[in-house]
Amino acid sequence: MKVGTVFDEMWADGSSIRRPYKNIKTWLDGEERSSLKAKRRDANDLFRLTGITFNVYGSEEGEERLIPFDIVPRVLTSNEWTKICKGLEQRVRAINAFLYDIYHDQEIVKAGVLPLEMLKNNPAFLLQMMGVNPPGQIYTHISGVDIIRTAENEFYVLEDNVRTPSGVSYMLENRETMLQMFPELFTKNRVQPIQNYPQELLYSLKHTLPETAENKPTVCLLTPGLYNSAYFEHAFLADQMGIELVQGNDLKVVDGFLAMRTTQGHRKVDVVYKRLDDEFLDPLNFNEKSSLGVPGLFDVYRKGRVTIANAPGTGIADDKAMYSFMPEIVQFYSGEFPLLQNVPTWRCAIKDQLNYVLDNIHELVIKRVHGSGGYGMLIGPTATKKDIANFRRKLLSTPQDYIAQPTLSLSTVPILTSKGFAPRHVDLRPFVQMSPEKINIVPGGLTRVAMSKGSLVVNSSQGGGTKDTWVLEN
Amino acid sequence: MLGNTANGLFWTYRLLERAENMSRLIETGQRIALTRLNSSDEQWLYVMQTAAVASEYKRYYSKIEKEAALDWMLKHPENKSSILSSITSARQNAKMVRHALTTDVWEAINGSFLDIQNLLKTKIRERDLPIVLRTIKQSAALVRGATYGTMLRNEEYDFCRLGTFIERADNTARILDVKYYVLLPSAKAVGTSIDNVQWETILRSVSAYGGFRLEYGHEAGPGDIAKFLILDKRMPRSLIYCCEILKLHLSSLCSTYRNKPASFSQIMQLQKRFLTHDIEAIFKFGLHDFLQKMISLFADLSDQIEIDYRFYE
Repeated sequence: MKVGTVFDEMWADGSSIRRPYKNIKTWLDGEERSSLKAKRRDANDLFRLTGITFNVYGSEEGEERLIPFDIVPRVLTSNEWTKICKGLEQRVRAINAFLYDIYHDQEIVKAGVLPLEMLKNNPAFLLQMMGVNPPGQIYTHISGVDIIRTAENEFYVLEDNVRTPSGVSYMLENRETMLQMFPELFTKNRVQPIQNYPQELLYSLKHTLPETAENKPTVCLLTPGLYNSAYFEHAFLADQMGIELVQGNDLKVVDGFLAMRTTQGHRKVDVVYKRLDDEFLDPLNFNEKSSLGVPGLFDVYRKGRVTIANAPGTGIADDKAMYSFMPEIVQFYSGEFPLLQNVPTWRCAIKDQLNYVLDNIHELVIKRVHGSGGYGMLIGPTATKKDIANFRRKLLSTPQDYIAQPTLSLSTVPILTSKGFAPRHVDLRPFVQMSPEKINIVPGGLTRVAMSKGSLVVNSSQGGGTKDTWVLEN
Repeated sequence: MLGNTANGLFWTYRLLERAENMSRLIETGQRIALTRLNSSDEQWLYVMQTAAVASEYKRYYSKIEKEAALDWMLKHPENKSSILSSITSARQNAKMVRHALTTDVWEAINGSFLDIQNLLKTKIRERDLPIVLRTIKQSAALVRGATYGTMLRNEEYDFCRLGTFIERADNTARILDVKYYVLLPSAKAVGTSIDNVQWETILRSVSAYGGFRLEYGHEAGPGDIAKFLILDKRMPRSLIYCCEILKLHLSSLCSTYRNKPASFSQIMQLQKRFLTHDIEAIFKFGLHDFLQKMISLFADLSDQIEIDYRFYE
C-alpha cells in the first residue's frame, strides 16, 4: 500500500490516459464547457422534480437537499469488476456464516480466532438473536460493501455495511439521469445495465420465505417515515418492486402473525424489508421508547413466521472493531485467503495499539467504533491542533470506542468544477444481494465523491456527491 | 392496499382541491375589486367568509385590508387553509403515498409544489397576483390531467376521486351558504339582473359565471343560481354532480371488495332524501337549513369513509 501518492483512475501516472477512460476523454474534449454546465443544471432540476432529495439530520424539519451529482462517469473494466465480485461474494458468504455461528455455537470463539470480549458487552451483539434461525439461514440479504482503490491493482474493503445499507436509489437514478442527458454515450460505450436491481432484490426477498408463507407471499418495506434521511429511497424501492411501503403503525401482530392494516382489515405479511435500526424494531423486545416499530414483531420472528431483511443483529458484523478481524473471519469460514484486502486497523481498546495510535495520530484516521455517516471522525493529516488534542482526550478516556487506520490515498476521478475538470477522491459501494439460491451483484454500485479539493470525506451527510458508475462489457 | 395509503391519497386530492378553490375565491375577490367602482376592502371579508378563513383572520388583524387578506389566504403561516399550507400538506401526503401514484402524477404534484412555493417565497405585490393565481390553476389542471390520463382505474383512483369530490361538495355548499339570503326568492329581487355583485361573486367562485349565463340566460333569477349549483347535473361543481361521482366511486369500491359498508348506504340515503326534489321544495325546507344539513352530511360521510376503509388504527 502506497501512502501519499494518489492514483488517478483517468490519468494513472499523470501523462497517459488509462484505456477505460479513452472514450470519456474524447467525449469531454468535444463538449463545450458551458453546455456541460447547463446539462448539470438540468440534472439538478430533474433530481428536484423527481424528488431525489435527502433530509439532513439536525437541520430544520423538512429541509430537503440534493446530493451533488457529477456528470463525469466513473469507469471500471469488466476484468476489474470480475475480480471485485469474486472478493465480494467470498466476503459476504463468510459474513453470513459468521453471523449464524456467533448466534448459535460460536465455533469461531471456541477455535480461539475471535476473542469472546468482542461479543460480550458489545451493543451491536443482539442477545435476543441467540439460537434464532432466520428463514433460509440468511442474515445479510443486502450488503453494501465500501471499497476504495489505491493503485492499478489495489482494492481494499473499507467498511461492510450489513445493517441497513442505503444509497442504491442514487445508483439507479444517476444512471437514469445520464441516459436522459447523454443518450449518445450509451450508444458509443457498452455499459453493463443495472436497471434490474429492484427485481433482483424482490427475488432475494421472495426466496427467503418463512415456512408459514403461502403461495402468494406478501412483502413490504418498513420505513421510519417521511423525515428519515433516506425516505426517498424507501418510497422509490417500494414503488419499483411493487410492494407496500409501511410504517410501524400500519403493522400489528394479529393471532401470532405479523399483519398490515389494509382497507379491508389486517392481512398477513411474510417478508419485511426493514429500513429501520434494530433498536427501534419492537418496543417490547428492544428499545421500549420506540414508536416507530411494531410491538411483538420480534416474537413472531423468533417463531419463524416472518422474514426480516436484513436480520436483526447483523450490526455486529459491520462494527468497526469487528472489521479488524475480517481477514480471519473470511478465512475461518471460507477456508480460503481473502480475495479483497482489509485496511490495517488498530484497535484502541488494546494498550499497545492505543500507544501506537497516540504516537502517530497525525498520520492516522480515527473512527468511532459504532459511528457512521462520517460523523465524529478525525483525519490526522488535515486536522487542526485543537481537533487532535480533543481526540487525544477522547482516546484516553474511552479507548474502546475507537479504531485507527492509515490515511489511505483514495483514488481520484475527474469532476466538473466551476473552474473546469479537477480530480477528486472517490470510493465505491457495490450492493450484494443474497438468497439461499444465489448471490447477485449488480454491475457497478454507488460511487461517492468528495466534492472539495483534497477532501477524503465522501459521505453525503458531509457534502459528498455521487457519480454514475460504469462497468464496461468486454 | 393499506388503509394508510387510502388515507394519503384521499387527503392529497382533498388538499389540492382546497388550494384550487381558495385561488378561485381570491381571483373572484380581485376581479370584483377591480371592476366594481363601489367595492371596498370590506368585500374581502365576504371572500374570506366564503373560504371559511375569516374568523381566524380576525384573530390576527383588527381591520379588513386587501393586502393582509391576500397574504392571509395565499400564505400566512398561521392560516392552515392558506394555499401554501394546503399545497405543502398535499405534497407531504403525496410523498407518503408516492408508491401508489404514477410517476407523472407525482412529478406534477411535486413540480407544482416547487413552483408555487417559489412564487410565494417573497411578498406578493398586486401585479404578481395574476401570475400566481394562473400558476396555481394550471398546476391543478396538470395534476388532474396526469391523474385522468395515467392512473389505473382501481381502488387507488377511487380514493383520489373521493377526496376531490368530498372537498368540492363541501366547498360549493359553503359558498352557497355564506350568501344564501341573496338567493332567496323575494319581492325585492324581481326584475334585478344577474349583474348583482353578490351573484357574480357566487358564480365566479365556482367558475360558472359564463356557463350559467349561457344556460339560463340574462333573465334568470337568484333561484336559478341555487338550482344550478345544487341540482344541475351538468355542472361539475354542483352538489348533485359531486354526489353522483362520490356514489360512483363508493360503489366501485363495493364491487372491488365485495361488500357494502356504511359509507355506501350513507351516500344513497343522502341522494334519495335531499337531492331528488326540485328547488322550490328546497326553498320550502329552508335553503340555509338545507345547506347546513348537507355540510354536516358530507362531514359524516368523510368520517365514515375513514372508518370503513381503515384510514387509521
